[in-house]
Amino acid sequence: MSKEQIKNLETQFEARIARDEKIEPKDWMPEKYRKTHIRQMSQHAHSEIVGMLPESNWITRAPSLRRKVALLAKVQDEAGHGLYLYSATETLGISREELYNQLHTGAAKYSSIFNYPTVTWADMGAIGWLVDGAAIINQVPLCSTSYGPYARAMVRVCKEESFHQRQGYEIMMKLANGTMEQKDLAQDALNRWWWPSLMMLGPTDAESIHTEQSMKWKLKRKSNDDLRQQFIDQTVPQAELIGLTIPDPDLKWNDERGSYDYGKINWEEFWQVVKGHGPCNKERMRARVGAWEEGEWVRDAAMAYAEKKQERKEKQVV
Amino acid sequence: MSKKNWPIWEIFVRSKNGLEHRHFGSLHAADAEMALENARDVYTRRNEGVSIWVIESKHITASNPDNNGELFEPAQDKVYRHPTFYDLPDEVKHM
Ligand SMILES: [Fe+2]
Ligand SMILES: [Fe+2]
Repeated sequence: MSKEQIKNLETQFEARIARDEKIEPKDWMPEKYRKTHIRQMSQHAHSEIVGMLPESNWITRAPSLRRKVALLAKVQDEAGHGLYLYSATETLGISREELYNQLHTGAAKYSSIFNYPTVTWADMGAIGWLVDGAAIINQVPLCSTSYGPYARAMVRVCKEESFHQRQGYEIMMKLANGTMEQKDLAQDALNRWWWPSLMMLGPTDAESIHTEQSMKWKLKRKSNDDLRQQFIDQTVPQAELIGLTIPDPDLKWNDERGSYDYGKINWEEFWQVVKGHGPCNKERMRARVGAWEEGEWVRDAAMAYAEKKQERKEKQVV
Repeated sequence: MSKKNWPIWEIFVRSKNGLEHRHFGSLHAADAEMALENARDVYTRRNEGVSIWVIESKHITASNPDNNGELFEPAQDKVYRHPTFYDLPDEVKHM
């Protein structure tokens, strides 16, 4: 194809998206669209998968059967989310093996929030309430993104997220209304997860690359700062309702803006964690790669068994 | 390194009797039986289905969007295939 032909196709392609048409796997697409989508969708899939690790830490120690079945179901959902997203990413012509490889070698990123430790049971509450809460804010706009398989996967994901957040808030509420010690646990978890949750919505608009292109492709519909503001405005009253304090002395309602003003985010910490120096980066990768490698013999055995069964069937036919 | 990767399967789910099976997504599995079991866990954790079909992706033949013109455009000018093409007197009701 000549340069001019490609330019032409690109113009038509952008116009289709502007008309709110969906792009499907076999449609022509610019290389940059394919690459950007592989990067964002796989990063999203990796986050769901690695995101299981901090929570699975507490499954066996959940304080009641009710809490245990809820947490188990939530973690299982996250595995499902990862799988929906991996298979949607594979429609762009990259193999699952390659995607896993990118995660396991550190070539691909996952959400940096999962590099924080889960040290008390209250962290299960804070994660559901805040981390899944922030994830929902990020994910809802993606239900109408331009790439069909991604949009469809996100619709399913969003339907399932709501319970994640509610079970987390319920945990926090129960603790906050409990003994002094339990309330302290809840407050301590909020103190530790609040700022990382704000960072989870991405760098400030001034520092955020790719934004304009992503807006055009509907990979993004609102800027990071707008999403963050939305998250803060919705979460602060929820904290007040259960008697917990947001750990930000500068947090104040701004009547004029109809929003909360908030304190400075420590972006230095964010970039440190992104670069691999968070409290649990190494542990998460060790657990993930370990699970993959230790499962190898199982995958091989299943494949060998399937082939043997197939051979036997073919012999019978003859 | 694993010797062989599990192939990819396309998953179709009938959400309730009376409706057709609809494409839900795909997954990897060693064989059809495992694909069914995995599909149950991945795509129907909340009663989304009453029946599942799985087919290994390589067995699907798909049309190429580049040929959409020759495939689908011929239907565009065949307006006589639609009821509104035919002129009937207003007195004729229910036809
Ligand atoms: Fe999720
Ligand atoms: Fe979730």
